Amino acid sequence: MNYTLLAEQFFNGFQLGIILFLVAAGLTLIFGIMDLVNLAHGTLYMFGAFFASTLVAVTDSLVLGMILALPVMLAAGLLLEFSILRTLYERNHLDQVLATFGLILFFNELFLIVWGPEGTGINLPPYLTGTITLPGGITVPEYRMVIIASGLLVALLLYVLVSKTRVGMLIRAGASNREMVGALGINIKLLFTLVFGLGAVLAGFAGMIITPITQADSGMGESILILAFVVIVIGGIGSIKGAFIAAILTGLIDTMGRSFIDVALLQIMDTVAAETAGPAISSMMIYILMAIILAIKPSGLFPPKGA
Amino acid sequence: MNLEILKTPRGIYNSLLILLCIFMPWIAPAIGQDFFTDVFGRIMIVAIAAISLNLIMGFGGMISFGHAVFVGIGGYAVGIFASHGIESAYIQWPVGLLMSGLFALIIGAISLRTRGVYFIMITLAFAQMIYFLSVSIEKYGSDDGLTIDARSDFGIPFYDLNDALTMYFTVFVLMVACLLITRKMVNSRFGRVIRAAKSNDERMHTIGYPTYGYKLTAFVIAGMMCGLSGLLSANFEDFVSPDMMFWTFSGELIFIVVLGGMGTIMGPLGGAIIFLLLSEVLSNITNSWHLIFGPFLILVVLFARGGVEGFLAKFEKSPEAKS
Repeated sequence: MNYTLLAEQFFNGFQLGIILFLVAAGLTLIFGIMDLVNLAHGTLYMFGAFFASTLVAVTDSLVLGMILALPVMLAAGLLLEFSILRTLYERNHLDQVLATFGLILFFNELFLIVWGPEGTGINLPPYLTGTITLPGGITVPEYRMVIIASGLLVALLLYVLVSKTRVGMLIRAGASNREMVGALGINIKLLFTLVFGLGAVLAGFAGMIITPITQADSGMGESILILAFVVIVIGGIGSIKGAFIAAILTGLIDTMGRSFIDVALLQIMDTVAAETAGPAISSMMIYILMAIILAIKPSGLFPPKGA
Repeated sequence: MNLEILKTPRGIYNSLLILLCIFMPWIAPAIGQDFFTDVFGRIMIVAIAAISLNLIMGFGGMISFGHAVFVGIGGYAVGIFASHGIESAYIQWPVGLLMSGLFALIIGAISLRTRGVYFIMITLAFAQMIYFLSVSIEKYGSDDGLTIDARSDFGIPFYDLNDALTMYFTVFVLMVACLLITRKMVNSRFGRVIRAAKSNDERMHTIGYPTYGYKLTAFVIAGMMCGLSGLLSANFEDFVSPDMMFWTFSGELIFIVVLGGMGTIMGPLGGAIIFLLLSEVLSNITNSWHLIFGPFLILVVLFARGGVEGFLAKFEKSPEAKS
């Protein structure tokens, strides 16, 4: 095991953490404020990937395509909220799970028909395909740094929005006591729509910035959705801070685990056993982390106060 | 036995479901659709999984979004033993049931510490964990799954699971047994505690019932029953793969229970028959049947609460009206 490999994997894990945060932030707010179990949040991530791919191809510009995709995401999110999800707020969790499960099946199939089984992708422009050499000889692909930087920027904006503005104050208040916010004369319906739109844009943004690396395919939303569940369960439902810390933690542990568990196991067992046990253990790592944290703190690391 | 029940719409419907299962091996050839016997065998196996989910979800209010994992554990118990040449049912089946129960104990013990949304997501996450575990173990086939060369051997003359009819009625008898166990349990003191905990957990605590233990017991029993479904599935299909515990199957199980009528004894069987026949028909019409099924699912949730049983119950006179 060498130092540069460790550092490179650290960046990969951090980048996964950033993507997870963008998805989990919206998910945790929607849970925390509307008490809505939205399985279709991963579908919004998929929306972002496909919409951006198409728009980038049409405009022939990565930046322009992605910027245009953001209002499209907002519109798609609001449309979804307005047409179906709004009727689910009053329903129990079971109805919400099933109805949004139905949405997933529908959209996965629809996207499969429209874009085909191979899906689509975004080619990076030449100015983003290089690598950056950091002090110490660590090389990181430029685009990965772009993801990390833009993700951190969005996280910062979100932090300012939630903790420094009036809307953010309402969002925080909504996460800890929904009824009270309504009783104080705030237009709860509008707040819900706003939060859902915000969540849709965040998830869509995550989907679009990851597409140049992973491609866009039907069903991509569900693998990230389940990881985002783990993240918000660890972080505490309704907590943005919790989502950020848990996302980075999950991203790092998952990536580092996959890279180094085999190496670590080789120290204590023979090659065959390590090659069998390595992938098995590393695929379970984040779930074990979740189980341990829940065993100690059943409401996650940062449960919102009053919840 | 009270035969009055047979005169109600639900009684007639439930009797029809059972009769359909009993006589399908003869009905199917008569209507020239032999494969329906296989379809119904599969339906009853899925029904067992749905019955077990209904036990915790319908009666106990525990929405497990990872229930399919126990089907996988039961299935892999057969698959793994068979791949090592151990075909005796007296090893495969007890181990399969015990492992399902053990996993249910571990998953339940952690998940039941939480409630509501957390419970849904944690059961889902644990199921995915086992799913990825099964995908990562190359020795037992990874993604491709395991083909099972020989079905479980009970060592009894004239009782051979390779015989289609024997297999079919083994599934049928075990499914009926699960229905009877569920009815017995739900009406017992134990079942009353579980149902009361669903409607008001805090009150149960206040009057001195440690509901955690009761719920965990129910979760383990449901896990083992679901494991049984996996044991049967592995024998029926001669094949196990990680797909049988993928999260979409857990979602389908929830839908089956809701469609049939959650919290009723026979609901899951009716739900399984309707769901699997529907998917059979739709997938014959188009490969993209999810395009129709997704909106159908949403419509059922939005407009048909209570499922088929709930719908039929509307035609029954209430007990007050009778007297």
